Amino acid sequence: MADTILRVENVYKSFDGQDVLRGVSLQIREGEVVVIVGPSGCGKSTLLRCINGLETISSGNIFLRDEKISGRTKDLHLVRQKIGMVFQSYDLFPHMKVMDNLLLGPTRALSRPRADVEKEALEMLERVGLKDKAYALPRTLSGGQKQRTALVRAMLMHPEILLLDEITAALDPEMVSEVLNVVIDLARGGMTMAIVTHEMRFAEAVADRVLFLEDGVVLEEGKPEEFFHTPKTERAQRFLQSFTYASKRGTSEKQSKNNLGD
Amino acid sequence: MDGSFILSHVPDYLSGAWVTLRFGLYGVLCSLALGLVCCLLCYFRVPIFHWIAKGYIELARNTPLLVQLFFLYAGLPRVGIRFSAEACAVIGLTFLGGAYMSEAFRSGLESVDRAQVEAGACIGLTAGQNMRYVIFPQALATAIPALFANVIFLIKETSVFSVLAMMDLMNVADTLRTSGGRTVEVLFMLIVAYLLILLPVSLLATLVERRLRYAGFGDQHSV
Repeated sequence: MADTILRVENVYKSFDGQDVLRGVSLQIREGEVVVIVGPSGCGKSTLLRCINGLETISSGNIFLRDEKISGRTKDLHLVRQKIGMVFQSYDLFPHMKVMDNLLLGPTRALSRPRADVEKEALEMLERVGLKDKAYALPRTLSGGQKQRTALVRAMLMHPEILLLDEITAALDPEMVSEVLNVVIDLARGGMTMAIVTHEMRFAEAVADRVLFLEDGVVLEEGKPEEFFHTPKTERAQRFLQSFTYASKRGTSEKQSKNNLGD
Repeated sequence: MDGSFILSHVPDYLSGAWVTLRFGLYGVLCSLALGLVCCLLCYFRVPIFHWIAKGYIELARNTPLLVQLFFLYAGLPRVGIRFSAEACAVIGLTFLGGAYMSEAFRSGLESVDRAQVEAGACIGLTAGQNMRYVIFPQALATAIPALFANVIFLIKETSVFSVLAMMDLMNVADTLRTSGGRTVEVLFMLIVAYLLILLPVSLLATLVERRLRYAGFGDQHSV
């Protein structure tokens, strides 16, 4: 059994008296990919933001490799160096070239020599098909290219775990797969990840385990093949159904009625 | 208008312009430094100091420079603190300008997308590194027009220095006017002198703004 990297214990979080997380617990082992799904407003993004301290939790504990990381205000940057995070809106630094975006963390936060990191950055850019954009400004990139850059930026910190918060939600449909293929590549390489997404087929493809979050609690948890095909809770069934559509010509039941009518 | 009168007094105006420009520049540079410090104290909510900075900003912005200079030059000596006229000029201009510069920097910092701050934090930068490499460069690009407006405003405010008996442009002109009586020529030269100093500053502001825009600084639409 691989080591537990992340342990979230009974975490509560409220905004202005409104509970967003109501006792969430989860564990993520080394190399495991956990996908968190659920209706909007269920607390998925808040959960990720609590893990790397962008939000402070109301109660509970969060551990990274047995080190308690919740509730601290000092040296939070040291914790965040070990937890990568990529957002829906890419958030590349617009005033820096792609390469400077990539180098900033490793050279400034980790004090690594620039030449080393630059070499590594070029290798990673090549792997995600962006080597020719290394010295371009972010505004000249497409959404998909920006998001791949953001993934490389997070990975260059060599985090213990990578948090992905709906990273394809702002992309045009044809750019979604170029980004998700990079994530699948990372998963194959053994990267530990917690992924919030609305791309159900991607979730099924990449997940080792799926968490269904509803109204601030983990309502269901299971292997992707179980969760997506035989969900246990009625709420999860309804959620998954919302991703399928009735056909234009109506259901087969209606059609058979029409046939009888003829 | 008497051309020979104008020509014969060009050297007087040059020396006045030198005083205006020199002390204006000292004041501007000190204002930028003070403004930056104050706005960072407020941004990081440094205990106690950020209240002091806020109080100072309100005091400086809501009292006239003339009153501030009188306080420095005539008020403080009564309690035994005595500055030269030149020192009073620079201190006074800095006191006023620091508040305006701080507000200009603040507007720049507030314009930086919160997501940028979080992105910087997420790659493990300390708050200081995040400010230096991620937030401030973007804030500065947004604040440039306001900062330049302040520079022009402060250089114009140096005309108040004449109450300190400094021979700046305003005082040179005033002295000539009261002694020679050629009011039209004297004031014409005064206006031309201020324009010659400030038009290049305005031009520089335009150039810098354009350059920043073309460089894609502060590009907020990220899709």
